[in-house]
Amino acid sequence: MTEDDLDRNRRHFLTVATAVTGVAGAGVAAIPFISSLKPSARAQALGAPVEVPIGSLQPGEMLRVLWRGKLVFVLRRSKEMLANLSDDAGLLRDPNSEEKDQQPDYAANGTRSLRPEYLVVEGSCTHLGCAPLQDFDVRPAEGWGGGFFCPCHGSKFDLAGRVYKGVPAPTNLRVPPHRFVRDDLILIGQDTGAA
Amino acid sequence: MARIEAEVGKPQGGFMKWIDDRFPFTSTMKYHATEYYASKNFNVWYVFGVLAFVVLFIQLFTGIFLTMNYKPSAAEAFASVEYIMRDVEWGWLIRYMHSTGASFFFIIVYLHMFRAMLYGSYKKPRELIWIIGMLIFLVLMAEAFAGYLLPWGQMSYWGAQVIISLFGAIPWVGDALVEIIRGDYSISDITLNRFFALHVIALPLALIGLVFVHIVALHEVGSNNPDGIEIKNNKGPDGVPLDGVAFHPYHTSKDLVAIIIFLMIFCSVVFFAPDMGGYFLEHANFEPANLTATPEHIAPVWYFTPFYAILRAVPDKLWGFILFGLSVLLPLFLPWLDRSRVKSIRYRGWIYKSALSTFVVTFLVLGWLGTMPAEPVYVLIARVFSVIYFAFFILMPYYTTIDKTKPVPERVVYHG
Repeated sequence: MTEDDLDRNRRHFLTVATAVTGVAGAGVAAIPFISSLKPSARAQALGAPVEVPIGSLQPGEMLRVLWRGKLVFVLRRSKEMLANLSDDAGLLRDPNSEEKDQQPDYAANGTRSLRPEYLVVEGSCTHLGCAPLQDFDVRPAEGWGGGFFCPCHGSKFDLAGRVYKGVPAPTNLRVPPHRFVRDDLILIGQDTGAA
Repeated sequence: MARIEAEVGKPQGGFMKWIDDRFPFTSTMKYHATEYYASKNFNVWYVFGVLAFVVLFIQLFTGIFLTMNYKPSAAEAFASVEYIMRDVEWGWLIRYMHSTGASFFFIIVYLHMFRAMLYGSYKKPRELIWIIGMLIFLVLMAEAFAGYLLPWGQMSYWGAQVIISLFGAIPWVGDALVEIIRGDYSISDITLNRFFALHVIALPLALIGLVFVHIVALHEVGSNNPDGIEIKNNKGPDGVPLDGVAFHPYHTSKDLVAIIIFLMIFCSVVFFAPDMGGYFLEHANFEPANLTATPEHIAPVWYFTPFYAILRAVPDKLWGFILFGLSVLLPLFLPWLDRSRVKSIRYRGWIYKSALSTFVVTFLVLGWLGTMPAEPVYVLIARVFSVIYFAFFILMPYYTTIDKTKPVPERVVYHG
């Protein structure tokens, strides 16, 4: 075959068609591998809801539980703690819980909770995921009404898990889906179904 | 008698010819060693490439032996590391060599990179060597990060938590990406298992491949030298650069001295200060991972701290991630940011000399700040030095243009 016999258009078409088919094939072949990286069926099953008995939790006390390997704080707020909440609305980034992803609708209220007394939030700083420390002492001189302090990068949250302004954490602590099964039992990870 | 002479006449030729007819052994040896000419005036800065190779070998070798006893599961990982340390014969030595090797890898790579900045080794025609080198650096960071999770200590866990969470800052895809990295809703057994796979298979393979390409590219254009002169421009009648000597045996025998001195320092650390006061092995990592409590003071290992200080200096999650990423990637663009007519610091003016000195100080201060707690005063200092860090790169096209350079000699110069 000489140069003259070459049908360049045809050759070009075949080259492009082969390349496109090859790339598409590689793309489809990538799906199982990428999917295998997602949480497996077992990981999803292990992420089942957890029951937290709160019968013996006294006002001002906090439980730390694990749900899906994530730390969850269950804090029973005292009357003083709740009273302190409303004072510092001007200092907070999202005082009215307008960021939709950070809580279920039923917790988008002044106390960010189903029942004002009980705060249920993920103990994972919305900046880079460290576990915030509890710092419930009220220090009016510092403008601190009690809340959570992240030791990693200095983010601060109030006793409703609402983030202060001027810290690296962008959003309030996340409220996981939860519901009260009984007055003394909270189910974390599920908010529907019969009690 | 005659028969013996006949054999002596072609003892090597016979066998080597048989090989060379089938595999380019002799020509490869010539091209890369015995007839690869590098400048005569190499100074001590030029040993770090070979030393990086030595550390890579140490890491691969000790790593294989650690893998034989390590268990990549959340339930067993911490205990298996303790088992290596206490029950496996010489296990402590192998593990300390590996952990010390990780830190030395970064010391050597940082010095190797600094050498390139001193003598303009990233400038034309060596841009691609520099870019491949930066890719090696990035893979090395990933390799070190994945490896740090494996002992499943407190710092392993929470350090990984922080760095993986960084990717959650990417708009829209962040959360999904984090879930794919972890393979779970939090860092778990599954995450540990896949980090193990990355640490012992995927990333080392990438590292070896990149190192190979790095050297192929280097031998194509030839090594730079402390004068930043192309020695290939002055060749003798035999075609050999007048200022060059063969890599083997001349540079190799000099490198052997460097390797021995390096091993003396390396062994001193392995035997007498394997944790280096908490810098090489962080004390919080002697506690198993506790999912319910972050250590009060969390800091990455020292080699990540300059970038970590920049991350922490930014009071915004997304911008923190962007500037953190940029601080790691900016050196990639050095070949084009540096507009100076000369390569070597020897012929540059006071402006570049001051800029580079300031950069070194900035890098060290940021490194120190990254190890300190997140207190306002440190964050403030970190902000100042972060600005200087970025200014060094971003203003480079300007100040390297106006910098007054000295004339570069025709042939390499010897000092001392």
